[in-house]
Amino acid sequence: MFASYVVALTGAVVGLLLVVVAIFDPTGFSALRIAAAEISRPASVTMKSMVSGVSSIDEVLVAYWRAGSQNVGLRRQVEADRNRIIEAKAVAQENLRLKKLLKLVDEDSSDLLTARLIASSSSSARRFARLNAGSWQGVRPGMPVRAPEGLIGRIHITSPNSADVLLLTDTSNIVPVRRASDNIPAISTGMGDGSVEVRALTAGRNPFKPGDLLVTSGIGGVYQPNVPVAVVVRAQGEIAYGVPLANPARVDAVVVERIFEEAVTRPGPTAPPIADGAPAGNAAAP
Amino acid sequence: MIDPHLHHVPRLGRYPSRFRLAGTPVITVMLGSFLTALPVIAQSAVLPPFGLLILLSWRLLRPELWRAWIGLPLGLFDDMMSGQPIGSAVFLWTVALIGIDWIEHRMVWRGYRQDWLIAAVAIIFCISGGWFFARITGGGHVSFSLVAPQMVWTALLFPFVVRQCARIDRWRVMA
Repeated sequence: MFASYVVALTGAVVGLLLVVVAIFDPTGFSALRIAAAEISRPASVTMKSMVSGVSSIDEVLVAYWRAGSQNVGLRRQVEADRNRIIEAKAVAQENLRLKKLLKLVDEDSSDLLTARLIASSSSSARRFARLNAGSWQGVRPGMPVRAPEGLIGRIHITSPNSADVLLLTDTSNIVPVRRASDNIPAISTGMGDGSVEVRALTAGRNPFKPGDLLVTSGIGGVYQPNVPVAVVVRAQGEIAYGVPLANPARVDAVVVERIFEEAVTRPGPTAPPIADGAPAGNAAAP
Repeated sequence: MIDPHLHHVPRLGRYPSRFRLAGTPVITVMLGSFLTALPVIAQSAVLPPFGLLILLSWRLLRPELWRAWIGLPLGLFDDMMSGQPIGSAVFLWTVALIGIDWIEHRMVWRGYRQDWLIAAVAIIFCISGGWFFARITGGGHVSFSLVAPQMVWTALLFPFVVRQCARIDRWRVMA
């Protein structure tokens, strides 16, 4: 009886020490989590495929509803979009030419792989999601994760076949952003409840108003510039509140990208490979 | 808390296996912790900590089942499944179990309402402790109002979970 209390108290103290270690090294004991992640991955993947099949049923049914008028509308849309695509192709070509002039080594090879988010830390105050790809597939901590709609977050820890993604809305995820229309720089911090808090880096009154679109600025070298991040919904005093454009619960698949700095300064004949610079945990030190 | 209608009597000449007697509670707690593997990408702390709920249910239903050290292995498993820093549930669950032992020594008897009260205090302690640990281990400014709703519905869910545990318990002890 007494011995069991000794064991329990000792264990509790050890647990407390582990937490203290985690204050200084948040990813320190991730090795312990690897085992759990690898065990739970098959279950999550199976359930995910079942769920995505079920959740798309309503979309299929809705598509049959008013199919005729929708068809006409979509056809008009395609006509209109074709012109836009031609324009966009011209712009892309011009962009390429200008980049060559600037001698930027950007081969658009920043996409690493596409994977699914299979689970999340739904009972914790932190916001992590589990990705169905890991270090064996080339995923490394610090890599940005995005969806077609916008930024999702960045890789926190990796295990052989899965990785934990620190979501954009986590309270420790700080992303350097700018307003898409006029390049006002700002810092986006997660609120932990599905929204982000945006603080402008300019002096004076809060320049943001509802409806402003925020994109990554590329400062800090983790995220590619011009990835959509959030849209401002409310401005209050010094702080503006935004909603992420990509909802991790809705997106089907996400793209893991290489760290931006790595993508630009890929070891070339002239540029020496840079050492691992800023630690991945601090994307926002501008 | 034990329902008088539940006669914990094995059938004549048959006894449940030791694995069933000792393993069932452990497995149910681990399954509760495993619920975070559900393919739900939550935007805030919405899922009640089922591992903790089931642990408290078994502890209050069957005081003789476990010593306080059971919080160590089960808490470690919960830490690995949830996004909390490793060691958080190890500490909080064990301290909660020691606290329940302490309360039990001082109470002459306890009934259903006292059980619920004890469980609610333990849930509030564990969730706010987890919130504090998430905050100091690089979580930034996690607002307390993010975990407050989770506390409320976890405490409200306790009666349901304890009934399910009682149902499993009846199966467990009857061969």
